[in-house]
Amino acid sequence: MATPTLAEVINRSQHHGLIAWITSQQIFWVFLAAVFACLALSMLTDSFATERNLFNVTRNFAFVGIVALGMTAVIASGGIDLSVGSTLVISAMTVSVIMSAGMPFWVGCIAALAVSLLVGAVNGVLIAYARMPPFVVTLGMLSVARSLAMVLSDNKMIYEFGPDHEFLLWLGGGSTLGLPHPLIIMVILACLTAFAFRQLRWGQHLFAIGGNENAAVLTGIPVARIKVSVYMFSALMAGITGVLEVGWLGGVTTNLGQAMELTVIAAAVIGGANLAGGGGTAFGAVVGALLIEVIRNSLILLGISTFWQGTFVGLFIVIAVAFDRFRQRKS
Amino acid sequence: MNVLELKNISKRYGAIQALDNVSLAIAPGEVVGLMGDNGAGKSTLVKVIAGNFAPTSGDILISEQKVEFHKPLDAQKAGIEVVYQDLAICNNLSAASNVFLGREPTRKIGPIKVVDYAFMRSKSAELFARLKSETRPRDLVHKMSGGQRQAVAIARTLLSDAKIVLMDEPTAAISVRQVAEVLNLIRQLSDHGIAVVLISHRMPDVFEVADKVVVLRRGELVADKKASQSSPEEITGLITGAIEHA
Ligand SMILES: Nc1ncnc2c1ncn2[C@@H]1O[C@H](COP(=O)(O)OP(=O)(O)OP(=O)(O)O)[C@@H](O)[C@H]1O
Ligand SMILES: [Mg+2]
Repeated sequence: MATPTLAEVINRSQHHGLIAWITSQQIFWVFLAAVFACLALSMLTDSFATERNLFNVTRNFAFVGIVALGMTAVIASGGIDLSVGSTLVISAMTVSVIMSAGMPFWVGCIAALAVSLLVGAVNGVLIAYARMPPFVVTLGMLSVARSLAMVLSDNKMIYEFGPDHEFLLWLGGGSTLGLPHPLIIMVILACLTAFAFRQLRWGQHLFAIGGNENAAVLTGIPVARIKVSVYMFSALMAGITGVLEVGWLGGVTTNLGQAMELTVIAAAVIGGANLAGGGGTAFGAVVGALLIEVIRNSLILLGISTFWQGTFVGLFIVIAVAFDRFRQRKS
Repeated sequence: MNVLELKNISKRYGAIQALDNVSLAIAPGEVVGLMGDNGAGKSTLVKVIAGNFAPTSGDILISEQKVEFHKPLDAQKAGIEVVYQDLAICNNLSAASNVFLGREPTRKIGPIKVVDYAFMRSKSAELFARLKSETRPRDLVHKMSGGQRQAVAIARTLLSDAKIVLMDEPTAAISVRQVAEVLNLIRQLSDHGIAVVLISHRMPDVFEVADKVVVLRRGELVADKKASQSSPEEITGLITGAIEHA
């Protein structure tokens, strides 16, 4: 037997064959389920494959998808962010209040994203430096941020956005080349996130922290700083979604984004983010969000009461985690 | 000239005196077997040398220069490398990523610095070859054997120009053949003038490679002897306290 060259050893890995590798990926099955659901719905209902409905589905799915990108980063680093829905509403309120006061869009947008980053920074500092559990910190923030949004708006609905009113509505609700803007933005953000996860040291360190935080500390990775940046990243994604969602709805109330954290966590987990830390992909977050939105849409189209949505989202989280446990036991 | 010298190092964790006035000198290329019962303070001593935390009192000298380590990176820069008891390995990452953990090489694409995976793979393949280990750089660590995981942790220490390698129980959880591999590696390091501090509970391993044996008991250094002038029986007595001092 010939001894393999160094290059052969380098390139050899445990994945034998493309098909075996693809079918071993949870994301593949989730994607298949989403495609299957779409096909089934097109056949079972007249209303699914209409342009109007697909437009709605893709846009809704984009909102969940963007936030799920941030959530995936947090979960992959071994944490959780329950405050995304509240971050979303405080961002939406900030941009709305500033624009309705007659300021241009860019001022409102920058302020909204700055407020979101601040929310993330507070979460991150309490978690990384004060060493408080992410669950507790972000649960507290869930309450605080939404309450601040109410204070900010005096709990009134805002639907006049000053001189850049039309631009805001176009940004969140319009489309280019037939693609809704939120979808385009989600695709861009997903590509950037995938790049950051895979190609930047930031991504390597984030996954190292999620895999073995102790090892990350011992090898000199700036764990606390990375953690803060991860929560800020999550908050930024929620903040961007907040601005877009105002534009789509054409108005904002303080119950925007309520209970969104569960849908987003479900999307991330279905997409392969490991709640124990160390696993997750940007593509997975997007596909997970797609499946959730298709299922949600199908409930509506099939005439099933929307009260059932919570049951489905909850079941999905549990099933995805069970699936992961099962796979780990097998290997 | 000593590559490392400890002078009256003490370390307290609240009420626990983990290290009590420990003094020790290590020459270049010297292999030191560090022994002691569970909780004797071995890991604590290694962590003080590695800059994981500062001693409560006492001095550390590297090549006769007094140093102060505030973080592991400071110690690393001074030429101190560590193989930790739990190996400090991330199961979710590849072997190559683990070798370079915390010091990933980058290359520039325009203004952006991206991780240089190609270099990480070829360099770690080279290191594994040097260790005669059949570890593949792309493989995820969680599927690896104990010996391969060891190789990953040890390859990490070869990355830099280390003067001292600290090993916390490298032979605790691996097969006999793999123990022989690790001991061989320790000899190789020593031949290249790298000093090795080997923590182990396994007497045969220590006596096979160590030039000198050091014993800690309840945080106190009770023996510092040439291995050739001691015996497993004497060391056992020192560890348990049957022999007070050597
Ligand atoms: N982070 C810590 N906080 C408080 N006490 C600690 C800490 N780390 C170690 N200790 C205590 O310090 C003492 C020395 O522990 P150390 O881990 O250095 O022992 P060891 O010799 O490495 O033992 P083993 O053979 O079990 O690895 C023990 O009493 C231990 O309980
Ligand atoms: Mg120990």
